[in-house]
Amino acid sequence: MQNDFSSFQLPNGLKVLLKEIHTTPIISQWIWYRVGSRNEQDGIRGISHWVEHLQFKGTKKYPGEKMDQVISRVGGMWNAMTYLDWTTYYETLPSREIDLVLDLEADRMQHSVYDEDEINAERTVVISELEGNQNEPLFHLNSAVQAKSITRHPYHYDVIGTLEDLQRITRDQLFTYYQNHYAPNNAILSIAGDFNTKELIEKIEQSFSTIPSQKQNVENIPEEPSQQEEKYVEIKGPGDALYIQIAYRAPRADNRQFFILSVLDSLLAGPSPLVMFGGGSISNRTSRLYQALVEKDITVSVNGDIQATIDPFLHTFILTLSPDADPQKALRAFDEEINRIQQENIPPQEIERAIQQAEAMFAYGSENITNQAFWMGYSSIFADYSWYEQYLQRLRVISAADVQAFAREHFNTKNRTVGIYFPTEEEVQNDK
Amino acid sequence: MTNNNTARQNHFPNEQTIHRFQLVNGITVLSYSNMASKSLTIFGMLGSGSAWDKPGKTGTANFTASMLMRGSKTNSFQEINTKLESVGAGLSFGTGTMNTWFQGHSLVKDFPMLLTLIYGCLKEPLFQEEYIERLRKQLLTSLLIRDQDTQARASLEFNKILYKDYPYGIPVDGYPDTISQITREDLLQHHSTYQPSNAIITISGALTQQEIESMIKDHFEQWTSKAINDKPHFPEYIPLSAETRVHVPIKGKSQSDIQMGTFGPSRTSPDYYAVFLGNHVLGQFGLYGRIGKSVRIKAGLAYYALSSLNALPEIGSWEFNAGVNPSNIEKAITLIKEEISRYLDEPLQEEELEDSKSHLIGRLPMSLESNVGIANVLLSIERFDLGLNYIQNYENWISSITSEQILNTSRRYLDPQKMVIISAGEKTQ
Repeated sequence: MQNDFSSFQLPNGLKVLLKEIHTTPIISQWIWYRVGSRNEQDGIRGISHWVEHLQFKGTKKYPGEKMDQVISRVGGMWNAMTYLDWTTYYETLPSREIDLVLDLEADRMQHSVYDEDEINAERTVVISELEGNQNEPLFHLNSAVQAKSITRHPYHYDVIGTLEDLQRITRDQLFTYYQNHYAPNNAILSIAGDFNTKELIEKIEQSFSTIPSQKQNVENIPEEPSQQEEKYVEIKGPGDALYIQIAYRAPRADNRQFFILSVLDSLLAGPSPLVMFGGGSISNRTSRLYQALVEKDITVSVNGDIQATIDPFLHTFILTLSPDADPQKALRAFDEEINRIQQENIPPQEIERAIQQAEAMFAYGSENITNQAFWMGYSSIFADYSWYEQYLQRLRVISAADVQAFAREHFNTKNRTVGIYFPTEEEVQNDK
Repeated sequence: MTNNNTARQNHFPNEQTIHRFQLVNGITVLSYSNMASKSLTIFGMLGSGSAWDKPGKTGTANFTASMLMRGSKTNSFQEINTKLESVGAGLSFGTGTMNTWFQGHSLVKDFPMLLTLIYGCLKEPLFQEEYIERLRKQLLTSLLIRDQDTQARASLEFNKILYKDYPYGIPVDGYPDTISQITREDLLQHHSTYQPSNAIITISGALTQQEIESMIKDHFEQWTSKAINDKPHFPEYIPLSAETRVHVPIKGKSQSDIQMGTFGPSRTSPDYYAVFLGNHVLGQFGLYGRIGKSVRIKAGLAYYALSSLNALPEIGSWEFNAGVNPSNIEKAITLIKEEISRYLDEPLQEEELEDSKSHLIGRLPMSLESNVGIANVLLSIERFDLGLNYIQNYENWISSITSEQILNTSRRYLDPQKMVIISAGEKTQ
């Protein structure tokens, strides 16, 4: 496979990352804005995600339906996502259509219409999305644990926002938010696929270089104090399964400790997938927690999760239990495994296994051009592309002693929040 | 466009580059050598699924497939999973109504190990009591979770009413009372229906065709057929004669799911491509076609509203889905019915038809960029007898369909007054 990476910045501040891959005649373009729920305040919780929806409603040049039509008619796959730290838009399509998506993204960076009627119709769509999430017990549990664990930082809130704010956010607030955050100096453009870099650079300059940069307000994002005591939250709701979520405070993604945590998470609960579009998943049946919990008939499943974020966030475990199971027994068994990794020597083979799993996942992920473009932009949000390129090298230097030292410091009960979701048939009202 | 497409299509798997061969035991293999990757993906399908479940033992086929990786004569549960996970390989087994399938992937160096494990799991599973009971508990919990899922409940009820005694009307994963009744003997009996004579294997990845053929023969040719695996009885399906409307109450849900629809063409029906293309305009194109435009974009009632074809080997269904606030169920159903009526009243507009054709042809490269995508297409080629030049012919098939064909064909299947309409969620007035 021929890979050819290059990066540069336009005078207006747009950061550009390009990777030529000629295995198949497609390209994937991603544009990332450094704005997500992390940038929101009270009264506008959920506005980043709502703005993402409205970016599909059109510009004068590409009215809503036409925007969808021009991408879809050429066989394009396109969508967008909003998260804690970012909002991103992508198009994967035949490589001969690159001019179209460059023009479209440049246009909607500055000319989206924000029609009042469209906004009101989309308000109910966004609320419907929230209601869909609220159907899931794990959404309620995760939301409660996140809010309990993080008290000051905006990571306290769900990305989708609160119903109260979604009902009252105005057109002016949405438009102002868009104008403030959608600017070249707050964006990253990452493109991978079948193109000629020199030619593409010229096209990018033509499309984006005339867009003026905008002064970005320095936002005073409150720092989250370290956790001083174990926190506990109980949720009751409809359902027939019992869930436990255990959340430890986790380091930011550009911290060396994040890589140690990746290995530790893999040992405990199996490797987290590194790709978003295809690629192979790896089961976690030989992981320590699966062996201690599922193989001992204490839980029916266990999963771990870490997220790469700008500010320190959470490292979580989800335990699924049958409704008649004893959650305290599951927590004791979980703690025994945590204690074991803190106290007993970790065989080097376990570290080696975690690294081999990551290597395999990189190989599977590299088959997909959309993944390649995703990773260039994604890693540049919280670090830079070298974070991704050097990921395996940084794992390879981690020792068993590093992992154990981190486990001793990180996995103490003062640093965690435990949430339990109890299924019930009664009508309940939970307070966050 | 045609010249560009012809050049582009030469890159795609075709009769020159797909290697199709048969083992002496009847297994049909389709392979594709993809040296641009570093890994291989293997798919397999056996002609035995939940349609073979005995009365009162619904879920047996799924239970059996889920037990395959829990210990074989040559490798214990721990050994199977250690071998896979230590090198980042993956393997899973599952069940459909008419088949049992497997899917595996590994780096090139580990592919022989993966094949050895697949064969051992398929041919010599142990079905140890300890693992049966553990899995039973996991399956029962997953059914409890299913019971609270508005989308799953709407789908279960839809299939039950539409398909009636047809095997597709019965859930592959069974019911709590049937899962509780399944014995080790039932699992062994179902396992005896696995035969190589009706199996398909497809592979895509970084080995030569010769290497793949040699490895497959080494691992799978030793599997001998015992008996022909009789297909279960399929009754004649009865077309819907009226609307059936059912609400499945589930307490405490913020959102309700709607599933409505009727029978559709099978995957091998001559009607398939016309309906496939018509449905794309109706409920797929862009953000869900005409239905998405009406229910989501204009009315703002739903986060998702779309239509889809579930084209199976013998029969199919044409389904319409939306997730809405409980107070908007009837409004959304009315809007979907209106769009169906409009679709059946007059031919599609030329522009929207051309848009869908262009999309369906243009997206081909995306589905073929990874080994998973290629192995999946190879499986469809063999399963539905699409021909080794399926990808090359696809463009012509789609391009030649007219709006009149779509209208005439669709009218034979769809009638907004004769549909099964299910909603699941909070009970409303």
